[in-house]
Amino acid sequence: MNEPILSIKNAVKRYGSVNALDGVNLDVAEGEFLTLLGPSGSGKTTLLSAIAGFIALDEGTLALRATDITGKPPEHRDFGMVFQGYALFPTMTVRENVGFPLKIRKRPPAEIKKRVSEALEMVQMSDFADRMPSQLSGGQQQRIALARAMSFDPQILLLDEPLSALDKKLRADLQWELKDLHQKLGVTFIYVTHDQDEALSMSDRIVILKDGAIQQEGDPNTLYDQPRNRFVADFLGKSNFLEAAVIAGNGPAYQCDSKGALFTLNTQEPCRTGETITLALRPERLRLGLPGAELVSATVKQVSYLGERCQVLVMREGGEELLISRPTWKTDIVPTPGLQVSIGWDADAPVVLAPA
Amino acid sequence: MPRVHEKVSYWMLVLPALSIMVCFYILPVLGIWEIAFTEPETGVGNFVKMAGSNAVKTSFVITFRVAAITTVGCLILGYIVAYAISNFATRLTPLMVALVILPFWVSVLIRSFSWIVLLGRSGLVNDALIHAGMIERPLRLMHNELGVLIAMIHVMLPFAVLPMLTNMRGISGIYVQAARSLGASEWTSFRQVYFPQTLPGVLSGALLVFVLSLGFFVTPALLGGGRVLMISEYITYQIQEFLNWGLGSALSVALLVATALVLLISARFVNLRATLLERK
Ligand SMILES: Nc1ncnc2c1ncn2[C@@H]1O[C@H](COP(=O)(O)OP(=O)(O)OP(=O)(O)O)[C@@H](O)[C@H]1O
Ligand SMILES: [Mg+2]
Repeated sequence: MNEPILSIKNAVKRYGSVNALDGVNLDVAEGEFLTLLGPSGSGKTTLLSAIAGFIALDEGTLALRATDITGKPPEHRDFGMVFQGYALFPTMTVRENVGFPLKIRKRPPAEIKKRVSEALEMVQMSDFADRMPSQLSGGQQQRIALARAMSFDPQILLLDEPLSALDKKLRADLQWELKDLHQKLGVTFIYVTHDQDEALSMSDRIVILKDGAIQQEGDPNTLYDQPRNRFVADFLGKSNFLEAAVIAGNGPAYQCDSKGALFTLNTQEPCRTGETITLALRPERLRLGLPGAELVSATVKQVSYLGERCQVLVMREGGEELLISRPTWKTDIVPTPGLQVSIGWDADAPVVLAPA
Repeated sequence: MPRVHEKVSYWMLVLPALSIMVCFYILPVLGIWEIAFTEPETGVGNFVKMAGSNAVKTSFVITFRVAAITTVGCLILGYIVAYAISNFATRLTPLMVALVILPFWVSVLIRSFSWIVLLGRSGLVNDALIHAGMIERPLRLMHNELGVLIAMIHVMLPFAVLPMLTNMRGISGIYVQAARSLGASEWTSFRQVYFPQTLPGVLSGALLVFVLSLGFFVTPALLGGGRVLMISEYITYQIQEFLNWGLGSALSVALLVATALVLLISARFVNLRATLLERK
């Protein structure tokens, strides 16, 4: 990575006995779309507020382009911020809202006027300049909030669950628009969400938080294909978990035994013979076969159709439930509850998870 | 059918209070209007006399001046209190709110007498100042407009704090955060973003205090010591001392009309329904 635009070192924030941030280290690259993803209470808002300067860290430092900004007040950081509740000033018109950061910076009126119209055009809201925020729909307010946060060319744009209050369709539209804007403007985005699909579809890089600590970071593909631990595998997409004993082999191919089912595992993770490992298996990597054709025998418990895919929940003989996702067009087997089947997977499908 | 039934039970519920209001308030007020136009003889004589009287004019000026200064004083002090309570959340917040309401449990009469004990020639304040060597002879702190104002501001303060508090507690802290992230200093955020949002509360408080102050009797009478004749005390004089029912009633009518005018004019700026009826 080139020199990071923002560098967070060992950030700690405590609220009583809760560690809202528990030693976060993170470098943000210039121009990237970085997403902070995590369940409720994982510290996403706390981290974003610390970056914005609204809360002071108990420990750790923040640096912008190698200059320390740990104690700098928010108004001198020059970061645009879009809030979950939009936070448009209710006493000002749309135009005044968008022009606010420019007025504060004492730009000449002609320039303010020009840049406000540009910003409104950018979010396709030029016709609404003279309305009050209360006269706009949620999606429109969100666009204005975005225009306002961008109108002064901020160093970084911080977005705290900006789309979570909108309905599904509008959210999808705005996701495209945001991504588009990001590409057009080249500004660094730090985006908070607890919606994994949103994170996967929009981000250059995702940081997964839990209990104030980073679980894993990487581009969407890597995170999805190589989750490091059980939490990541389960939080980002769905996963099946299998316990297996390594009985032979020394990298990259091992022989494994999961309750009598013997299979080959291909992995870069070093494993020791005799150790028990936890494997994550994505539902779409599991195959459904006739009884005896695959590795594990099972009985179909439930089937749900989701349009282009269907999900089959099976109960493994003497063991756990497994979820399989398969294209609906596959009709070699028509799964119905009670049907005897067998389940298989490729040698490189399982991911070895770090011990909990 | 159920609609008719609903209407009947609505009126049944309203009736007791309404009849008390009609018997003991509306009818007497109408009586006063009648007296104003009929005593000692039918016509507008009382009003002509009133308009020509310098004493009445002075009394009206004092009344409006005291009400105005009380309002401004209450707004400034009340704004600070309401701001502190709603913006610095601590475990003490409920206690602070209780302290604002607490004075309502003590009669105005007692609160006004307490001010006499404090502000009198040899009251606690003067005694303390003399003992501390800061003054040689007692200050005149009461039986003048200063004393009336001090006590009035104290009595009226909760009426200013409560509407402002309600208003401010409804303002999310995220607006000021947003303003600061956009480059505004703490002070600029307050002035340009927070303060405009509190104006409805400020206007409600102002209206409430001003209107109540216009007709207030006990506190000005006690602390003014007869030297600060506000209109309500002037009316009492006319009726009790001079048995001048006609002029007294005419003054009451004038005060009522003046108050109504204040309400009417302010209705253009303030949402009266929200101010007077629907306070949460
Ligand atoms: N002002 C505060 N006082 C006390 N505890 C707080 C405060 N703010 C946050 N916390 C705690 O810190 C932890 C992290 O909170 P944070 O708001 O960062 O979570 P989040 O990831 O943004 O969650 P969500 O998705 O629900 O918005 C939580 O356990 C929360 O209860
Ligand atoms: Mg949050």
